[in-house]
Amino acid sequence: MKTILYSIAAVVMMAVVAGCGNDNGKKGAITSSGAADEVYVAPGEHDEFYEFFSGGFSGQVSVVGLPSGRLFRRIPVFSVDAEKGWGFDEETKPMLNTTHGFIPWDDAHHPKLSQTNGEIDGKWLFINGNNTPRIAKIDLTTFETAEIIEIPNSAGNHSSPYLTMNTEYVVAGTRFSVPIPQKDVSIKTYKENFQGMISFISVAPEDGDMELAFQILMPGYDYDLASSGKGPSHGWTFFTTYNTEKGATMKEATASQNDKDFIAAINWKKAEEYIKEGKFEEWTSPYCNNEMDESTHMAKSTVKNKVKVLNVTNCPGLVYFLPTPKSPHGVDVDPTGKYIVGCGKLSADLTVHSFDKMMEAIKNKDYETTVDGVPVLKYESVVTGVVKSGGLGPLHTEFDGDGNAYTSFFISSEVVKWKIGTWEVVDRIPSYYSIGHLSIPGGGSMKPWRKYLVSMNKITKDRYLPTGPELAHSAQLYDITGDKMRLLLDFPTDGEPHYAQGCAAELIKPNSKKFFKLEENKHPYAVKSEAEARVERKGNEVHVYMSSIRSHFAPDNIEGIRVGDKVYWHVTNLEQDWDTPHGFAMMGAQNSETLIMPGVTKTLLWEPKVPGVFPFYCTDFCSALHQEMQGYVRVSPSGSNTELKWWLGED
Amino acid sequence: MKKINLKYGFVLIATALIMTSCGGDKGQNSSTTETSTTNELATESETSEFGVGPIQHQVSFDGIDADLAANGEQVFTQKCMACHKMDKRHVGPALVGVLDRRNPSWVMNMILNPDKMVQQDPTAKALLAEYLSPMANQNLTEEQARAVLEYFRKYDADNQ
Repeated sequence: MKTILYSIAAVVMMAVVAGCGNDNGKKGAITSSGAADEVYVAPGEHDEFYEFFSGGFSGQVSVVGLPSGRLFRRIPVFSVDAEKGWGFDEETKPMLNTTHGFIPWDDAHHPKLSQTNGEIDGKWLFINGNNTPRIAKIDLTTFETAEIIEIPNSAGNHSSPYLTMNTEYVVAGTRFSVPIPQKDVSIKTYKENFQGMISFISVAPEDGDMELAFQILMPGYDYDLASSGKGPSHGWTFFTTYNTEKGATMKEATASQNDKDFIAAINWKKAEEYIKEGKFEEWTSPYCNNEMDESTHMAKSTVKNKVKVLNVTNCPGLVYFLPTPKSPHGVDVDPTGKYIVGCGKLSADLTVHSFDKMMEAIKNKDYETTVDGVPVLKYESVVTGVVKSGGLGPLHTEFDGDGNAYTSFFISSEVVKWKIGTWEVVDRIPSYYSIGHLSIPGGGSMKPWRKYLVSMNKITKDRYLPTGPELAHSAQLYDITGDKMRLLLDFPTDGEPHYAQGCAAELIKPNSKKFFKLEENKHPYAVKSEAEARVERKGNEVHVYMSSIRSHFAPDNIEGIRVGDKVYWHVTNLEQDWDTPHGFAMMGAQNSETLIMPGVTKTLLWEPKVPGVFPFYCTDFCSALHQEMQGYVRVSPSGSNTELKWWLGED
Repeated sequence: MKKINLKYGFVLIATALIMTSCGGDKGQNSSTTETSTTNELATESETSEFGVGPIQHQVSFDGIDADLAANGEQVFTQKCMACHKMDKRHVGPALVGVLDRRNPSWVMNMILNPDKMVQQDPTAKALLAEYLSPMANQNLTEEQARAVLEYFRKYDADNQ
């Protein structure tokens, strides 16, 4: 979000907030009893939709049910999570490895569910890391992050992951152009030295394995958001740009000079042809690809080196620019694949381009000009509609599959509903306050579920009990089944959600894994039965092969550890039932607890600093005798010869 | 899990309450069904000598199958031994002679369906009150559970 918006918003918000304050307490909702019925999910019953919210600066994903707005799980992705041991235990640390080293945080923006034939298939969820460019894949059988791929030759990975209609690719783009490849130059040489890069990461249909397929070297603009074609426009991906002025400082002014920036239309099928013809340069650009192995329960980080790079200046037919007014932010292709909606965030109007007209203009070489080696199609030749919204600061558009579009307006703080084809505004409803993204389950696919719309609002102000200067970001649920939108519910969110995407619960619920089979556990330090529990010393490394089951660890007494040892607690949860995790915490461990799912082995490193006897215990209330699930480890001074021994149930 | 196991904790104090809240599959869905659920659970005498679970026929034995018993011992070591010793009380009861004390079909159901057994079967409920830790469901197959029984038979035969 550009700071200029905040400046404008500051003024407009005063009016908006003041105006809303007079709403007689209900603040826009339909009568509270009617709305309550519509969002009430009775105890023990399930929500109709899963909705996956990005955590923004929390770096995580939260799983929420609609219509209730209840939070079910926070999936750790790009940020360490002490609650689950993510990034603290030895198995998950490699997931956060990058060529910059271990990075414990990122800014997660746009969750996108995998699709088959343009419909959400419920297999995987992808999400971008904005800061140190990465894309993560979450397995929706386990709700755990299964893979993270770093994007080389990139910066500010915002226009990502915006996948294609069969999940052939997830994409990545540079919101921040940089010298590519990186080099030490004056920032004042932006125009000569800075470039953008668009990356296509392939996704294997059977196991979702991500590979960096190719990259396209682009002019040095800011590639803000993206949307992939579908149906007739399948094979194309569209990226908004701003800063076609190529400013490097005071961008809120310098990047807002041009009346029009571009939507870049990328013909990725053409790119595939160029790759096949060998028209790429092979660059050496190291990047990390981290994968969680579900049989060993361990992540592995691999450094890969080679990327195939296409240069837009010598690949005709690969990229076209569609002039689009006023620093467009969101670009969204409608469910029919025929229309490309651009939201010029400094404009009041929306610009709708026609895919058919675009193809005709390309055929006729209907170019306004060519910039940085890319043909600019004539605005009049591609535009098919302008939505005179009456709002301010349009950002994003979602569709209901029945010919209606819904656009969020940050500055005027509202959702505006309009008709595809006639471009007329048919309804509008306030958001409280300053909506960013909005989401209809199935949004971005060819088959949205027309029932609910969720707004994700940047400002909360007076909506909830105050919690000091920092307030939860708010989400609002609207009913969109009728002609008029109706506000049903407010609920707080975790972090700062940017996009959220959802789908019918039935696509995911039946496949949810209940436990991991012990027989299939290939962890090298696993114990498959309590009989295998033991302690082994290798120099100053001590490996504890430990088991846990309700309600004891084996072994639970250990002696012979010395100050200076590195003690690896390899804990296998022997339970084989749903909802039976055990936790493990060691006094003085300088990491976190770890949480061990049934059938899984997790490893916590502990480096004792002083002699004594220290307790460890189970952190996840597991049974009536959970409080008894504890043990002791004796630490002797460095160099002492206390015999290494261990036991369970001996006096 | 916290919720469920807290309920097990309460069993010590208020058995009647847990019967209400831990009712059948649908019991938690609606307060209006609680009364009938309680009544249904209160009729303990309706549970059969086989207990509650998938085995509702009399499991019968022939001569001891040594291969099956060896297989059962393997399963027992991996899935059961953390809580059960054959010759003495551990987390759960000693299992020597268990097939003399209990109907083999009941033992099968205790292995395959422990959650329901400790809620509904009077003998299993009494055992929970005595041992406090609810029997864990280790998700054995019927074949594996049958093999474990064969191991019990062989153990008893070898240790007479």
